[in-house]
Amino acid sequence: MSKKVEHLDKVTIRFAGDSGDGMQLVGTQFSNTAGTVGNSVNTFPDYPSEIRAPEGTLYGVSAYQIHFGSKKVNTIGDKIDVLVCMNASSLKVNLPNVREKGIIIANTAGFGEKNLKLAKYETNPLDNGSLSKYQLIKINMSEMMKQELADLGISPKAVERTKNIFALGFVYWLFNRPLDLTEKWLKEKFANKPQILEANLRALRAGYNYGATRQEMIVQYNVHHADLPKGTYRNITGNEACAIGLVAAATKAKLPLFLGSYPITPATEILHFISGYKQFGVKVLQAEDEIAGICSAIGASYGGYLAATTTSGPGLSLKVEALGLAVILELPLVVIDVQRAGPSTGLPTKPEQSDLNIAYYGRHGEAPIPIVAASGAADCFAMTIEAARIALKYMTPVILLSDGYMAQGTEPWRIPDMNELPDLTVNFATDPETFKPYRRDPSTLARMWAVPGTPNLEHRIGGLEKEDITGLVSHDPLNHQKMVELRQKKIDGIANDIPLAEVEGEQSGDLLVVAWGSVYGPVKTAFDELREQGHKISYTHLKYIRPFPKNLGDILSRFERIVVPEMNMGQLADLLQSKFLRPVLRINKIQGMPFKAKEIEIKLLELLNNKGDK
Amino acid sequence: MTTMLQDIVVKRNVPTNQYTPKDFKVDIDVRWCAGCGGYSILSQVQRIMPELGIPREKIVFVSGIGCSSRFPYYVNVYGFHSIHGRALAVASGLKIARPDLSVWIATGDGDCMSIGGNHFIHACRRNVDINVLMFNNEVYSLTKGQYSPTSQPGQKTKTSPFGVVDDPFNPASLALGAGATFVARGYDRDPKMLQYLFERAAAHKGISFVEIYANCVIFNDGAFDKYTEKEYRDDTTVWLEDGKPLIFGKNRDKGIILDGFTPVVVSFEDGNYSPNDVIVHNEKDSTLAFILANMTYNPNVPRPIGVFQSIEKPSYEEKVENQIEEVTKKLGEGDINHLMCGEDFWTID
Repeated sequence: MSKKVEHLDKVTIRFAGDSGDGMQLVGTQFSNTAGTVGNSVNTFPDYPSEIRAPEGTLYGVSAYQIHFGSKKVNTIGDKIDVLVCMNASSLKVNLPNVREKGIIIANTAGFGEKNLKLAKYETNPLDNGSLSKYQLIKINMSEMMKQELADLGISPKAVERTKNIFALGFVYWLFNRPLDLTEKWLKEKFANKPQILEANLRALRAGYNYGATRQEMIVQYNVHHADLPKGTYRNITGNEACAIGLVAAATKAKLPLFLGSYPITPATEILHFISGYKQFGVKVLQAEDEIAGICSAIGASYGGYLAATTTSGPGLSLKVEALGLAVILELPLVVIDVQRAGPSTGLPTKPEQSDLNIAYYGRHGEAPIPIVAASGAADCFAMTIEAARIALKYMTPVILLSDGYMAQGTEPWRIPDMNELPDLTVNFATDPETFKPYRRDPSTLARMWAVPGTPNLEHRIGGLEKEDITGLVSHDPLNHQKMVELRQKKIDGIANDIPLAEVEGEQSGDLLVVAWGSVYGPVKTAFDELREQGHKISYTHLKYIRPFPKNLGDILSRFERIVVPEMNMGQLADLLQSKFLRPVLRINKIQGMPFKAKEIEIKLLELLNNKGDK
Repeated sequence: MTTMLQDIVVKRNVPTNQYTPKDFKVDIDVRWCAGCGGYSILSQVQRIMPELGIPREKIVFVSGIGCSSRFPYYVNVYGFHSIHGRALAVASGLKIARPDLSVWIATGDGDCMSIGGNHFIHACRRNVDINVLMFNNEVYSLTKGQYSPTSQPGQKTKTSPFGVVDDPFNPASLALGAGATFVARGYDRDPKMLQYLFERAAAHKGISFVEIYANCVIFNDGAFDKYTEKEYRDDTTVWLEDGKPLIFGKNRDKGIILDGFTPVVVSFEDGNYSPNDVIVHNEKDSTLAFILANMTYNPNVPRPIGVFQSIEKPSYEEKVENQIEEVTKKLGEGDINHLMCGEDFWTID
């Protein structure tokens, strides 16, 4: 039987099913395999905030989207090329995003009468011709696995649980991908459950073979490996990149690491990962609340550790008072805020960029805190190192802004050599002759760091205003102004110690796009597309928000119009306007979903075609 | 040359005659009101510090907010004046990071039991080796006279002009309920008693909670006179001493027996009871500790003072270090390059 093989540059696959169907798991496996064979990959898990919403319902659909290609992919893909749907609800929810002529792989066992009713289908969409615009592949995965595993004597429930692996096997065949990575993973995962291992290995093979031996003609696809820079790569989520980044930063600082944290979606995984790093001497406190998370970290920092706390919006709200304390204490602290849609509980599993204001302004008193922002999953590593570098060098808390999209999505990360990373070694004060608690390094304005246990440097610090140099409690009006100004000057001075902002495209002209955070992916894709079409447009992506790179004002002044796409109501746009006195155009999406590249492209094109828009 | 943290984290003991109380005084004015109970507590802390055999640089006082929380500024050791209610959270992080330090907390009834209540119960539960000195004056003083979580029913304050309707916490019961391993109560008027309790707290491994009745001369003057003044205290309090019967009274003619689980006062005068019949205190008996702590607001029995409970359990920071050691032994010391590469990596040449 002849099989046709087609070559594609980029493909978007979405595995969708019930919350309990294991879609996150197969999605992760597929993206790891794609990365390993050298594709550029970008992924995003999309799951409901309930752990297991009622089975078969529309709101219980869990999905994992993978965009991979032989060219650099920066987004999770606007339209779905291949939808794997394990039940009727997962088809209904995702169908609007499937491109015309896209492939739909449906598990027919998930389209029974009950499933159809839960999905609010009157008739079975697999049989009523409504999917004629698509290439429909119907497989009764549950039934196939029942036959495949009949001799194993495992429970029907365990058999049913292998259907996701069957689907994965079939998709591996469809894209001509090797099975060995997933086989190895299964062998490790089920090392102590030989029967379950056997069932899953068979499921994977069965799915693959089903493709190879299927009677109807199906096209098999090939996606060549991408032309990525030389180096060793792995797929990584933003959360894992932050966790590893903290350990790497502590290693470079030759300091032990302390994490004080409280579980909160979507930041919790950083706490999970670091809790597993005990062999690195890491001390972790799962605190009683968000406030104890940051306060314990401040205590550990006082004790001479590289200390961090991780959180998301509601947690950051709770940490605000302690952040002010860290500012006046002038102790190093890394605060990682994985932003989610707010206010309040908001959309806890969905990304947003709406914590910039609280990070920037959210304290009483004059309390400047440096802010850095990662541009994607892999960049979370580099920006964690940067956050630690600034915190230790300038004796200050630093906020790193991530978001739920990059935190849980993956992309390939070129693993740096430890020697490539900056040296973060600190100098503890030890000399009683020269030590004063608030004596500052003239170049950085950082105060001296003397940790308890150092003989003859006993001193007192705290939240009350301190006298310059001596650190004694002071209510002197002029001293307060001086200290407020010194703390501000110290933070402003960091601008001399961070990379300049860069402009892609024309260095001056009509329209400059300025963005921050995970919108990098869709903005970059849209920008590249518009450039390819011959449009004159420029792009600056900001990773340093407080202070801004010192050439930012100059860059902005070279363009007629500035536009900021962001997943909020315009928080960066407001900052730019107030800081640089320039009107800033906005593209805002506040739907708990990342921008699609096309959405941004269309908006930018409108601007390009209407030069009068200001 | 760079000083590494491990150079600072070295254990060393000093002879107990190396320091005098003067070495723990700071050359600044103490700014509490004249007659404040805090002065006595401060003096007794400074008096026992030389006896501990701990180098001065290894001692840290952490506090929150309130009159009592100014304490760290007045002791010549490392000091950390944090924010309202958070002293125990800060101190927990510090002690977990640095088990080599002797960490003390100065706090008040508002700071510790109200805004900091959550941190307090969790620090007790974890048994972090911290010494908590809670100055209980049954009122908010630094904010100028509002009722606190230990204010007594009916107490008139600025926010309870017609009397407090809340029921108070009983700090000793709260600490015991939360799992504190060392729980004691003393009062400002008796320096020797405080020295004894502070030394016991310092010697105890794990969390030590000492509630100290501290008179606020401005906003709640005389609140504890009934228990602390010479003319009353023999009849209104009972001193808890390990292994000793619970006998009290000016003439030591009264004792406490258990009727079921209820403590009852008996007199030895009429011949029905003798000192042999009364409860013998046992600091290691948690059940007894609860019963004794619950005598606190019972008007029919004297108020217990002394050590309610002192039991040994591994401290939290020790367990954290042990786990790191065990995991490292099992998995080998962490290799950062391996961590960065993970299990599934690939190379592009």
